[in-house]
Amino acid sequence: MAADAPLLRVERLTRDYGRPGQPVTRALAEVDFVLARGELTALVGPSGSGKSTLLNLVGLLDRPTSGRVLLDGCDTTTLDERALTQLRGRTLGFIFQFHHLLPAFTALENVLLPAWADEGRPSSEARVHAAAMLEAVGLGDRLHSRATELSGGQQQRVAIARALARRPPLVLADEPTGNLDTASSDGVFELMRRFNSEQHTTFLVVTHDARIADRCDRIIEIVDGRIRVDRRR
Amino acid sequence: MSFAWFVALRYLRDARGQTTLILAAVTVGVSVIVFLSALINGLQASLIAATLGSQPHVTLRPPREAPRPVVAATPGHVIARSVQPASQRLRSIDQWPRVMDDAARDPSVTAVSPVVTGSGVVTRLDAHVPVVVRGVEPDRFIAIIDLPSRMIEGQFAIGAGRVVIGRDLAEDLGAAVGDRLRITSTEDVTDIVTIAGVFALGNEGVDGSWIVTSLPHAQALFALPGGVTAIEMKVTDVFDAAGVADDLARRTGLTADSWMTVNASLLSGLAAQASSKTMIQSFVVLTVALGIASVLIVSVVQKSREIGILRAVGTPAHHILLVFLIQGGVLGLTGSIIGSGLGMAFAKAFETVAVNPDGTPRFLVQVNALLLVQSTLLATGVGLLSAIIPARRASRLDPATAIRGG
Ligand SMILES: Nc1ncnc2c1ncn2[C@@H]1O[C@H](COP(=O)(O)OP(=O)(O)OP(=O)(O)O)[C@@H](O)[C@H]1O
Ligand SMILES: [Mg+2]
Repeated sequence: MAADAPLLRVERLTRDYGRPGQPVTRALAEVDFVLARGELTALVGPSGSGKSTLLNLVGLLDRPTSGRVLLDGCDTTTLDERALTQLRGRTLGFIFQFHHLLPAFTALENVLLPAWADEGRPSSEARVHAAAMLEAVGLGDRLHSRATELSGGQQQRVAIARALARRPPLVLADEPTGNLDTASSDGVFELMRRFNSEQHTTFLVVTHDARIADRCDRIIEIVDGRIRVDRRR
Repeated sequence: MSFAWFVALRYLRDARGQTTLILAAVTVGVSVIVFLSALINGLQASLIAATLGSQPHVTLRPPREAPRPVVAATPGHVIARSVQPASQRLRSIDQWPRVMDDAARDPSVTAVSPVVTGSGVVTRLDAHVPVVVRGVEPDRFIAIIDLPSRMIEGQFAIGAGRVVIGRDLAEDLGAAVGDRLRITSTEDVTDIVTIAGVFALGNEGVDGSWIVTSLPHAQALFALPGGVTAIEMKVTDVFDAAGVADDLARRTGLTADSWMTVNASLLSGLAAQASSKTMIQSFVVLTVALGIASVLIVSVVQKSREIGILRAVGTPAHHILLVFLIQGGVLGLTGSIIGSGLGMAFAKAFETVAVNPDGTPRFLVQVNALLLVQSTLLATGVGLLSAIIPARRASRLDPATAIRGG
């Protein structure tokens, strides 16, 4: 692991969908890019262009048909399922558009999930930290509320707290503001921006919202599985 | 508490309706199993007790007399002969005290009793009734058949011309305690005896024909001075009686019969009953297993997105497997504990409903700790087994697909 390696390097990443014997859908075609530490990048493009596909590959939830994903200089294509799960738990945070929280658990428990899954019973230190994260996203008074008792915007803020709780270097967000009103969207984006500048967390955010994309450091646009535009502000 | 336990218990608690319903199903299933076992075990125990109440477990008799050809065939000669089956006369066991001591030393034999058993006819007024005369040593005999506790009239006091007889026989003769009877044995010896008591063993054949007298008296009636026609025995494990009998037959060269050969039809009836019980229980187990499996499969489908999220935040696949196995095991265990209690309560209630006209239970149900432990282990195992398919399905979900909702 070279110290000067970029946080994320994607090389000729290709993903085909389709059953054997049927015509394949090439959701992603030989995509190359590099994310530097501390960048807040927007991933945009029309529906079906391959944004979620790319995020799943980078998030180690899916394996590419060809090409490589290097996290912190480490080639993930050679890792087995167990190692991938561990790497995922320790270096990546996820924020999804829907279904982001486990409804049977409280806000605090949801935030504790990654630590719990990885290390077993969370330490009191981890609990204090999780509570502080919820405090930071403005939910200090809802620690013990069930996920289902929170509004959409509140749930999304819990999801952000969970994604950031273990201080992962890279956070992947798939349309985090997709089903929120303008005010809540702005709140969620401000949170991401704040953690980005305070903790140098790197974000890759899929969004359809041009206002939000415009406020990011960098915009990558993909169309038909290929990068069409990649510009920094 | 480990992560898998925490998630599993939370899921069970959260799906309260589903959990309650499937728990109810497991509970009913286990209570049926426990109830049925208690009932059938109790019924069988009481049938066996009734059967063994009036007969020894193992009986040793002289070997049957087989006819032997007088002239043996030799190579090159053809012999025409006719062999007649020997008539079986009343014979004593050769050196019976030695045989009896030998049998008593067998650790699985708990009591031995020498008897003379023969037939005769009892006459009183103008009634002539065929009887079975049993000559016994009182102390040894009551260790095998507990007559004193079954006396309905008079006392079990035999010897010196006094006998006890079965209830039906007493009725047939129109006789009661204190009356005198005239016995004529098959050896044509006649004697007059006094009835000291009347017993009821609940076995028609016995109550209608037995006259129990002292050993010396029977020896005199059947012209067998100092002899006995059989040695009767009780063993520790009644279902091992056939084995003990075989063993004794081999060692002594005598004929040994166990109650199991004498009551082969009862035993095959009991075996049929036991196997129908097993079949019913197997179907109950199958139903419970299918119930748990289907509830968990539905739960895996409902929760596939959550499982995807759990995987995304770093939960290893084998923890997901555990989450569902634990749910199956906990459902089985909890259901079986409640079900065992319920089944036991049903069984006890049944005991108070199924009563004889005199208010005593017709039979005692048998609930033992072993049965409860067995059914608890069984149900927990079934819960785990039926969770295997759902659990594997859950642990193999592809996280990306699960999160997309595919
Ligand atoms: N599991 C799958 N099986 C088959 N095809 C798939 C699968 N996932 C995605 N695709 C296809 O891959 C292409 C890219 O899909 P993807 O979900 O990445 O698009 P997207 O850019 O995220 O779109 P949206 O903005 O609507 O979320 C689409 O044509 C889609 O139909
Ligand atoms: Mg998408």
